[in-house]
Amino acid sequence: MSFIKILELLSGGMLVSIYIFVVTLLFSLPLGLIVSFGRMSKNPVISGIIKVYISIMRGTPLMLQLMVVYFGPYYIFGIQVTNSYRIVAALIGFVINYAAYFAEIYRSGIQSMPKGQYEAAEVLGYSKTQTFFVIILPQVIKRILPPVTNEVITLVKDTSLAFTISVAEMFTTAKALASSQTSMMPFVAAALFYYVFNFIVAYTMELFEKKLSYYR
Amino acid sequence: MLLLKCENIRKSFDGDEEVLKDISVSVEEGSILSIIGPSGSGKSTFLRCATGLEVIDSGRIVYDGMTYASTKDGKVEYAPKAERKKISEIFGLVFQNFNLFPHMSVMENIMDAPVRVQKREKQEVRKEAESLLRKMGLEGKENAYPFELSGGQCQRVAIARALALNPRILFFDEPTSALDPELTGEVLKVIKSLADLHIAMVIVTHEMAFVRDISDEVIFMEHGVIVEQGTPEEVFGSDNERMQSFLGRYKDLA
Repeated sequence: MSFIKILELLSGGMLVSIYIFVVTLLFSLPLGLIVSFGRMSKNPVISGIIKVYISIMRGTPLMLQLMVVYFGPYYIFGIQVTNSYRIVAALIGFVINYAAYFAEIYRSGIQSMPKGQYEAAEVLGYSKTQTFFVIILPQVIKRILPPVTNEVITLVKDTSLAFTISVAEMFTTAKALASSQTSMMPFVAAALFYYVFNFIVAYTMELFEKKLSYYR
Repeated sequence: MLLLKCENIRKSFDGDEEVLKDISVSVEEGSILSIIGPSGSGKSTFLRCATGLEVIDSGRIVYDGMTYASTKDGKVEYAPKAERKKISEIFGLVFQNFNLFPHMSVMENIMDAPVRVQKREKQEVRKEAESLLRKMGLEGKENAYPFELSGGQCQRVAIARALALNPRILFFDEPTSALDPELTGEVLKVIKSLADLHIAMVIVTHEMAFVRDISDEVIFMEHGVIVEQGTPEEVFGSDNERMQSFLGRYKDLA
């Protein structure tokens, strides 16, 4: 089987991997911001709950979390899940896991902002919301881009974990192909896919960083 | 006319010794008050209390007849949000380390609050900002970012930013303490030039010659109390021992 043929067979799975990647980012980036607010909340109940949530998300394997989200409804509540729930479960698992990591990155960025920026904004009459979105957040984004890039690159590779709940993403197909063909080539194709994907991700993030380098 | 009246202000941090012990200060419309004193005497804390950055423990703060903070039955009450906002427009504050917004150009730093907070017309604000920049000697720096400016230029942008909101009283918290002597000179010159804008100023500083030259009134503070108060001549000529020893070095040099 030619390499081109392998890539062709993997292309459907690639789309699923890209889909998981895009949807996860789309939801986990804003959700992470909200979670970071909860983590920094002055209300000890809220910050306590969020702390436990982040601790669990970071302290257990993502693979296990995906299984809990997928099998949980049936094992715990006896709800019969349909086949289409697979991809939904994968997305939920990825989003809540990555939101926890992003939350901690946001928190580090927000808490590193000098107090003087808040005070200047306050004296100039900015409301709390204006202060956050006009003064603080733009500077936070610049500061957290490098660690966010790290997470995004990890996410590209983590999409392969969806195979544990039999989502037909690229790696699931590559594995099946490798065993049916008894060939290394599908794995090589998979590696190439992840590498090129991440190359593009890293390049894009670098563009963002350059765009924000107009100030120090 | 009395623009600011602070009565019996007390402030301590986390139950430690009081930083402000019963401070009362009044500022007339358009007058210039300088506050001097050794480090840790409570000068900056007083400015931060007057501008609402610190919550007072007790006392009364009144701007132009409107109560900003007052004490009832031992509890401090601040004006309701809407009124507090209105009163806040009366004053501005210039910080020791400028606190410019690094991601905004000089022009954006000056224009953003008048446009976004005061909802003023952009074109009108731009004109005013341009004239302020001229006054500050910063023509041609409109599109520069704070990191490209010297400390003195940054402080002058910060002054322009405060002035753009048309305050009636401007507080300066050691505006030249982060600057070398040359840059200090240019900033002091700009502050002096504001005297004819008829804006009241309260200046915390260690620049004694400047204080003597510009002030209508001088307050010497130490350990959270006002030790001396009066015209520059009265305060600098006082035979209070502590005052004399604080001024000693300045007098020897002068």
